[in-house]
Amino acid sequence: MATEGLVRTGISAGQEAIGAFARRHRHHPLEALPWAAAVAAFAVFPSYLPLGSQILATILFALSADLVLGYAGIVTLGHAAFFGTGAYTAGILAANGWGEPITGLLAATAVAALVGLLSGFVVLRTTGLALLMQTLVVATLLHEAANKASFITGGDDGLQGMDVWPIFGLFRFDLFGRTAYVYCLVVLFLGWWVARRVVHSPFGRSLTGIRENVLRMHAIGAPVVRRRLVIYTISAALAGTSGALIAQTTQFVGLGTLSLDRSGGVLIMLIIGGVGRIYGAFIGVPLYMIAQDRFSEIQPVYWYFWIGLLMVLVVRFGRGGVLGLFDRLRR
Amino acid sequence: MSDTFSAVVSIGFHGIAFAMVLYLISVGLSVTMGMMGFVNLAHGVFAMLGGYVLTSLMNRLGVPFALALAGAAVATAVASVLIERLLYRRLYGGDELDQVLLTMGLIFMSVAGATYFWGPVQQPMFPPRWLSGQIDFGFRSFPGYRSFLILCGAALVTVLWLGLERTSFGVQIRAAVDNLRMAQSVGINTSRLFTLTFALGSGLAGLGGALGADLLAINPSYALDNLVYFLIVVAVGGLGSIRGPFFAALLLGIADTGFKYLLPELGAFFIYALTMAILLWRPRGLFGRV
Repeated sequence: MATEGLVRTGISAGQEAIGAFARRHRHHPLEALPWAAAVAAFAVFPSYLPLGSQILATILFALSADLVLGYAGIVTLGHAAFFGTGAYTAGILAANGWGEPITGLLAATAVAALVGLLSGFVVLRTTGLALLMQTLVVATLLHEAANKASFITGGDDGLQGMDVWPIFGLFRFDLFGRTAYVYCLVVLFLGWWVARRVVHSPFGRSLTGIRENVLRMHAIGAPVVRRRLVIYTISAALAGTSGALIAQTTQFVGLGTLSLDRSGGVLIMLIIGGVGRIYGAFIGVPLYMIAQDRFSEIQPVYWYFWIGLLMVLVVRFGRGGVLGLFDRLRR
Repeated sequence: MSDTFSAVVSIGFHGIAFAMVLYLISVGLSVTMGMMGFVNLAHGVFAMLGGYVLTSLMNRLGVPFALALAGAAVATAVASVLIERLLYRRLYGGDELDQVLLTMGLIFMSVAGATYFWGPVQQPMFPPRWLSGQIDFGFRSFPGYRSFLILCGAALVTVLWLGLERTSFGVQIRAAVDNLRMAQSVGINTSRLFTLTFALGSGLAGLGGALGADLLAINPSYALDNLVYFLIVVAVGGLGSIRGPFFAALLLGIADTGFKYLLPELGAFFIYALTMAILLWRPRGLFGRV
């Protein structure tokens, strides 16, 4: 019976799709790769550990940006607002007599989440250019505030005199950056775990729905506004954690943590790796930061030219970044 | 004359001059945004280019001011047509993220390019002799060049608004902003209209950048530093509106000058807070359509 066969293949195809859907939150063996690479880098490049911990912290920042940009489809030019808030919170605590790193990190995360919640309440009411402009205004506002409140932030000179205590009172931040590297790696792992859980939860699926078709999500009764606000807050919190990591490990916070350069830079790193796929951050950030470390010392200004050109070329030819390229090769 | 009154007049005067520059630069951005739905963050690059062309022509080649102004506008318009045809055109109606990335990339390239050709320092702008110094208006005297800015801006705004109301080109632009598909259906060549509008908007930006070269200093990071101002004017004014940005520019210009004069230690902080408050109250801007 032809029809029966057809129905049966239809059913099995359906089951296969359901199976694939159910399996996709499970851990793929390849997902161990970045962690293996990070541990290997610790052993192989002992003299590059300070750069390594910067890269790890920035991966967390890019990951947080991927949550709003790649999954919720909110294009932002002001993600540095939360990064800088976290950095300054941790920095000001450490410079004023509370150098305990873990509580500092948690405080920075909480403050950044609060800033995300409050600004998201205003910003997410709009879309398109107006939204873009408001994210930029929030970051510029905080930049200006940090610049003018120099009695507490150090203003243009940056925040100096941070004293970060040993982790758990045991592990000092050493000169070679070993403690900093492991600290960043552990925090990144926790952040990645949170992000992965969020993305693969029903909540994360509904975010993708909002990105792809807002009207439809409204129509089926999904609380669109609240969900966007929640992911914006989660993302802001993770960005704050990342900023605090950089502040604690470098023992310095500058106005650059709140700048448009940083907001734009994280977008570029994500695009190079691939947006909306969690692991884009793990590829784009190291590529960008290692290249910057190599080339920008020679001629810092012209570094911008090549980055700009790269962005134009990626938009023109290379959608999906490095990971997108792999997808296309596999097909 | 009392000091308070004098301060108010002074703030109003300098604020309006600043507003004229902001409006000339930003109006093109509002129209391209409204018509083509294109997020052109690199709009400030055209204003910067106008400023560089003007200062180079005047300072290096000794070209007269009026001629250099015209040169700035024309050079920017021509450059913008090239960029529109080569890069922007493919992304109309496309992904917003792509547009943001492409135009941010152009800004970064402009920073490096300007440093390569003109060096990292600010380009000085010397107004011609007939505009430097003070002009006496009877009850008090005002700086000559700023007065010229206001008059020149007012004249350009009048011509622009009349042109949009009275000419057939203006009608086509308004039709395309209101309803693109309907405009295409009645036989308007929107592809050519896009290019012409884009050239006009960029030319005006170039002119604004050139005229305002002593207000918004011409240096390599111009497009990056002033991006937030141009975006505020457009978003507060209402996307696609031609009059909205004028009032937004007036508000921003006067408020910015006022706050910096009265509360210098708080700087631009109030401007940003005010912007957020306005958009909380009216998310689509003051003159945006619902």
